[in-house]
Amino acid sequence: MHNQPSVAELLQAVKSFIDETATPNLSGHAAFHARVASNVLGTALRDLADRPANDSAERGRLVALLTSLPEADLDSLNEILCQKIRNRELSSESPGLLNHLKQTTMAQLRVDQPHYSGLRTAENAGD
Amino acid sequence: MSITQDFNTSLKAVFGQIFGDDVTSPKIRRLSGGASQETWHVSRGDKRAILRRAPNGVSRARSSAAIGLAKEAQLIEAAREAGIPVPEVLHVLTPPDGLGDGFLMSHISGETIARPILRDEQFASAREALAQQCGHALAGIHCIPTTTLPDLPESGGLQQLSQYEAIYRGFGVSRPVFELAIAFLQDTAPTAAPLVLVHGDFRLGNLMVNESGLAAILDWELAHLGDPREDLAWICVNSWRFGQTQNRVGGFGQIEDFLAAYHEAGGAAFTPKDIDWWEMLGSLKWGIMCMIMYEAFRSGADPSVERAAIGRRVSETEMDLLNLLEAHNA
Repeated sequence: MHNQPSVAELLQAVKSFIDETATPNLSGHAAFHARVASNVLGTALRDLADRPANDSAERGRLVALLTSLPEADLDSLNEILCQKIRNRELSSESPGLLNHLKQTTMAQLRVDQPHYSGLRTAENAGD
Repeated sequence: MSITQDFNTSLKAVFGQIFGDDVTSPKIRRLSGGASQETWHVSRGDKRAILRRAPNGVSRARSSAAIGLAKEAQLIEAAREAGIPVPEVLHVLTPPDGLGDGFLMSHISGETIARPILRDEQFASAREALAQQCGHALAGIHCIPTTTLPDLPESGGLQQLSQYEAIYRGFGVSRPVFELAIAFLQDTAPTAAPLVLVHGDFRLGNLMVNESGLAAILDWELAHLGDPREDLAWICVNSWRFGQTQNRVGGFGQIEDFLAAYHEAGGAAFTPKDIDWWEMLGSLKWGIMCMIMYEAFRSGADPSVERAAIGRRVSETEMDLLNLLEAHNA
């Protein structure tokens, strides 16, 4: 398949259209939804760029934390983690658990809402 | 006649009953609307009222916990009698009014949007006063004798925890941070306090603020009998600090001032630590509410981009939960 323009380039083109052309011509609810739409495209672009590395890092930490088989997929690993927390085999005091969840959630937030205040709090708590 | 004409004619008649008939039609302007309640501004000269009614007049509770608009009007009246800053209920709609479920209340000037309240110079004095005013107002609400109130649902901390846990489990997704928060909250639940009237959604967005501070407490839809710490903590949830994280109370105030004012006005004596469990429950609840709103998109019930986008805000509450757990362990 051809990749010119790439998915990221296509999304960026639509985002620029919304920001520079559409939004200035809108008001009220439509303008609000246009800003939301632009933010959504920002998230989509960051997700495209960061997901492979983020998922691989998350999977690596989970395999180590759960001493699982290295070929386990991310969804099953997270399901096992959830079960262990529900069964009280793991808690917020278990070595490595809070750190893993923090790394995962910070990576997720940098994609979803990079300006969220809680992300600054987590970064300043210093790991 | 079109539906819009019917609506305008009916609203004009109700307005006439309240303020006296006049040949001039009142001006009718929609303030907000959508999935939750509709709000309309109705005015003729200096006579002004706010209509709050169900979308298109048809009540469809936005959450299973919502009490309905007629009961909401009763609570606002009870709060007014207790000296709490609320609008005056002018008229509760009845079927002959032809406007559906809702009520008209007095118009109170001010700002409800958090961003200007927290940032604009105009509200600088208001920000100074708000923590104390909110503490006083919540003490007033929590001191209203529950025997004088209409029937309300009862919902304590552990009940809410299990209710939201069930909703989360129903989505069938694995979110380890929520699992950890649920387990932590289950294992560390404080003893329940005696039931009081709880507003249920006390935070910026539902508070009318003018230049001197708190002008009115709005949106009583989620009121119930519950633990007073629920209201004290909800306004402390980081999502409701709107970026001003350093000010634990609503992004504008310090918890010590807020709790001291609460106690001074007749509320129980609580320490900042007493609020921690409830603040964590609040972040968890907001995270699951975001999942519920995203579900409305996923299921096709509300295909708007805004409902899609809110699914990517769940991680905000996960971050807050982890920050709270880490602070607890430190």
